[in-house]
Amino acid sequence: MTSLVLLESDAGGIKQPSRSAVAAASALGEVHVLVAGVDLGAASAAAAKLPGVAKVLVADNPALDHLLAEPTAALLVGLAPAYSHLLAATTAVGKNVMPRVAALLDLQPISDIAAVEDADTFVRPIYAGNGMATVKSSDTKKIITVRAASFDPVAAEGGNAPVENLNVGDMPGLSKFVSAELSKSERPELTAARVVISGGRGMQNGENFKLIEPIADKLGAAVGASRAAVDAGFVPNEFQVGQTGKIVAPELYVAVGISGAIQHLAGMKDSKVIVAINKDEEAPIFQVADYGLVADLFTALPELAAELERS
Amino acid sequence: MKIIVPVKRVVDYNVKVRVKSDGSGIETAGVKMSMNPFDEIAVEEAVRLKEKGVATEIIAVSMGVPQCAETIRTALAMGADRGILVESDADLQPLAVAKLLKAIVDQEQPRIVILGKQAIDDDMSATGQMLAALLGWSQGTFASKLAVEGDTLTVTREVDGGLETVALTLPSIVTTDLRLNEPRYASLPNIMKARKKPIANMKPADLGVDVTPRLTVIKVSEPPKRKAGQKVASVAELVNKLRTEAKVI
Repeated sequence: MTSLVLLESDAGGIKQPSRSAVAAASALGEVHVLVAGVDLGAASAAAAKLPGVAKVLVADNPALDHLLAEPTAALLVGLAPAYSHLLAATTAVGKNVMPRVAALLDLQPISDIAAVEDADTFVRPIYAGNGMATVKSSDTKKIITVRAASFDPVAAEGGNAPVENLNVGDMPGLSKFVSAELSKSERPELTAARVVISGGRGMQNGENFKLIEPIADKLGAAVGASRAAVDAGFVPNEFQVGQTGKIVAPELYVAVGISGAIQHLAGMKDSKVIVAINKDEEAPIFQVADYGLVADLFTALPELAAELERS
Repeated sequence: MKIIVPVKRVVDYNVKVRVKSDGSGIETAGVKMSMNPFDEIAVEEAVRLKEKGVATEIIAVSMGVPQCAETIRTALAMGADRGILVESDADLQPLAVAKLLKAIVDQEQPRIVILGKQAIDDDMSATGQMLAALLGWSQGTFASKLAVEGDTLTVTREVDGGLETVALTLPSIVTTDLRLNEPRYASLPNIMKARKKPIANMKPADLGVDVTPRLTVIKVSEPPKRKAGQKVASVAELVNKLRTEAKVI
């Protein structure tokens, strides 16, 4: 039984959610990985170093740049006969590509798994994580996306897998990449950060998010936000932590001025340690927080920055 | 052009769902049901395309128990022109739904199908992509903006690091993200008018689709509960506890 994992990479190597997908695949047997796109030298070298990977497949073709769904799915369908399981992380790419692969193969995908029970049986959240469903697939092959927060990623180094270049044929030209507006930040990515500090409606405006920055700098944290803060236009969409935003599970999650709506909790309740700072002591966020501070954030945040600076 | 908008009847997003005590699923008896919120955004976008003169007719499609007709009525009251209800008491999973939708698309020949990016019950986020695959169409998932020009649909997508814009050759599938639009409330006159709009009834067999589920739910359990921790009195105490007790900073 061999699995194939679709990897995503950036300048820093193989992205952490993809390394979590490799960890999930490792629970199923032998693991091959696929890197696709253009200029894949660094990505394939990084993939070869992932512990537990037996082979790296490289698909270098301009049509695969940006991993658009139509060509990437066609590529995976071509590779599928050799594999029992095809996996990707539950990222914008994984969610876009994998169901397309599944339908082309007449299979029902298994989205966002949080645990592997056996080769056919998986646990996945439903109803925004308010239930954990154990599902068994009767399909001959499984198409899976992996909830990165539920699997410790494999290390970035330690392996030495052989690399095989694929001959990629014609790709469907149904879609074209036009442009990307990616937020530029010196901070770690939300889904990969060891510490996340998020602001909510209580921040009152986007300008006040500056109060969070010195703390994030000090802790090496990513900055997130609740849906309320995003809807109010304080920060861009990609900051959103929650059921419909990013799912995070850092070592430390600090929620500032966030009441704790179910939809937000769904995105962060697997964090190891949760801190809540809110002036409303009845706020539901305190019911999940390991440490709660009832305080006005406009005094607490500068104090926190100073306290961290002091030591 | 015609636009099809599939709409799903789900537990209302304000309901605090409970896992059944026997672990067989989520309690849905006597619970308020509504249109999946992302599907409302899909209906709204279709109606706006009609108001702009891009779309000529909007068909709302729902599948499942007979009460799904109410979900279609909601779409009709928002501005869809007619409905199709595929009645089935089976557990309709995304693959089956995509196949049923494909059969309807083959009959109706729309140029765009707009779906919600995910249903808030099974959280699969799969049906749109699967329908695109079965039809061999392009797909613009997690859309926060779209524009039709001739044979090209330009879709701005919400991706992990920000936004990505793709140009798709029509016909296409679009799935809606939260910020594509703000759905309108249906006005009373429109609710009245919607009662007169037609809804066609059919069964999966009429469409020649085998809807046998591929996934069996073995059990549904409560997620691990977090216990409320302790209140700290000051920032200094908080930092101290994070250092010495939790050891995370």
